[in-house]
Amino acid sequence: MKQKRMQGNADLQKLTDLAQQLRRDTIRMIHHAGSGHIGGALGLADYMAALYGWAMQYDDHDPTDPDRDRIVLSNGHTCAVWYAALARSGLIPLEELATHRRMGSRLQGHPARKAMPEYIETSSGPLGQGFPVANGIALSLRKRVSQGRVYVILGDGELQEGQVWEAFMTSAHYKLDTICAFINYNNIQIDGKVEDIMGIAPLADKIKAFGWHVVEIDGHDTASIVAALSEAASTKGKPTAIIGNTIMAKGVPSMEGDAKWHGNTPNDAETEAALEAVGTNNRFKDFPIANRA
Amino acid sequence: MYSGNKAMRDAFGDALADIGAQDDRIVVLTADLTDAIKVGKFKERFPERFYQMGIKESDMIGTAAGMAIDGQIPFTSTFAVFTTSLANQAIRVNVAYNNANVKIATSHGGVCVGADGATHQAFEDVALMRLIPNMTILVPCDANEAYKATIAAAKMDGPVYLRFGRIPSPVVTGADDPFEIGKARILRDGKDVAIVAMGAMVPAALEAASILAADGIKAKIVDMHTIKPLDENTIIESAKECGCVVTAEEHTVLGGLGGAVAEVLAKNLPTPLRMVGVLDTFGESGEPQEILEKYHLTYSDIVKQVRLVLKQK
Repeated sequence: MKQKRMQGNADLQKLTDLAQQLRRDTIRMIHHAGSGHIGGALGLADYMAALYGWAMQYDDHDPTDPDRDRIVLSNGHTCAVWYAALARSGLIPLEELATHRRMGSRLQGHPARKAMPEYIETSSGPLGQGFPVANGIALSLRKRVSQGRVYVILGDGELQEGQVWEAFMTSAHYKLDTICAFINYNNIQIDGKVEDIMGIAPLADKIKAFGWHVVEIDGHDTASIVAALSEAASTKGKPTAIIGNTIMAKGVPSMEGDAKWHGNTPNDAETEAALEAVGTNNRFKDFPIANRA
Repeated sequence: MYSGNKAMRDAFGDALADIGAQDDRIVVLTADLTDAIKVGKFKERFPERFYQMGIKESDMIGTAAGMAIDGQIPFTSTFAVFTTSLANQAIRVNVAYNNANVKIATSHGGVCVGADGATHQAFEDVALMRLIPNMTILVPCDANEAYKATIAAAKMDGPVYLRFGRIPSPVVTGADDPFEIGKARILRDGKDVAIVAMGAMVPAALEAASILAADGIKAKIVDMHTIKPLDENTIIESAKECGCVVTAEEHTVLGGLGGAVAEVLAKNLPTPLRMVGVLDTFGESGEPQEILEKYHLTYSDIVKQVRLVLKQK
């Protein structure tokens, strides 16, 4: 299977179904692992679905195709939803999702390049540190005259790291229009609301002032995400930032917007309730979890 | 090649331009220090492969890692002190943990920056790099070795830290001498004491050996140009043959060459050992030679430590 970059009109229903399943997978992975970062991951499901279900170019038979599109998950703690997207795109086995955060798993607690270099361009987790790598990849793609695009995903709290703004400067200075940054603007970080901890507003103005094209959307509206990704791809001469206004733990009303779900793990009952709230569709089945001895 | 007195950073600039002509995957990034670390020659010849990153070292290292991940061979260039402290986390995660093929080239290692003072003097850079898995550390002793180390770094796959001096220093190795990463060189044979030195302390050690020879003391001089992976075998064999060891480095004795040699000897062959190096302190402004003298980093300090260690045999 090979997905070409942004082919035809996106099938919005297919993408929302995929996002729904990514949420189910994320909840089940983190519950099974017994730890993880559920809130941010759930909030990214819609964007991740649009990337892997439509926007990105990749080939499961040639995963290191030099012209593929890349993801750099700079907010590496949200990786559960990324791993789920890799599995739902046929790039890694579905069963593997049950290994997340376990010894020997490729699906490390934070993305590890050495575990899966064909899909994980860079290890990430320390905030602010993925973004510069995305710029480096984009510079190298330009040098090789490749059409590959680089999707970097950032948390909003992450933008408190000064290094992020260094990277914003670099992408703009080098006019890296193959870079598309998504900011998961849910206004939540570990200690509370971003605006209370260390405000980043007015965010769109700041990023614009750094020389970027900026699009602000509802980060859960698939049609808006698809439109923003198209706009980013057709914007030449400057990088594009998509500010996705999101709700942490979107899809599970009992968890939505509550900072404690940055890093808490739902218990059995909470997991059941969360899966119930997310719902199901006919397109997918849950990944198998073997009974533990 | 070079003779007389020559700055290692100049040789680095020459080597970079030469290897750049042979391999178009070589790219160079700098953080506003093009001339200071002598990457201008490369910039002139290959402007399309030269990336000015501005004064943002962590971003430079991360960007270089991305370029390496996509198949380029990036050399980053700035002062030793800024690279290893300021960008340490980027080196740890983006370069080393990713095992990205980045060559972290630095100038102004040690006290040679002189009058700029303590903030700009790198005393702990090698120790910081030693702590990071996957890192190879090269500290050439003169311009000829700096040239060869640069070429060797470009040709090996994996992260490399390169430390060059700023000021002209004596050229003590020949143009045709071999250079192999991880293989220390014996520059002078002797059986009374082994002096294991790195960087610009190697010429000082050779000078010390001449003075000691006048007193009938035969010093073996080991040029430890690779601090990691360390040539443990040469250290152990030299200690066995000589019965005592002095290390010499323009760097703190904590965790650098002295610390590394102490670890090897303690584990394998406990041997009387004394260290010449910076003693857990910051530097200050002054002419490089004045600082070397005040902080006990000269050939006469090596001679003094040799005389002391000989009594411990």
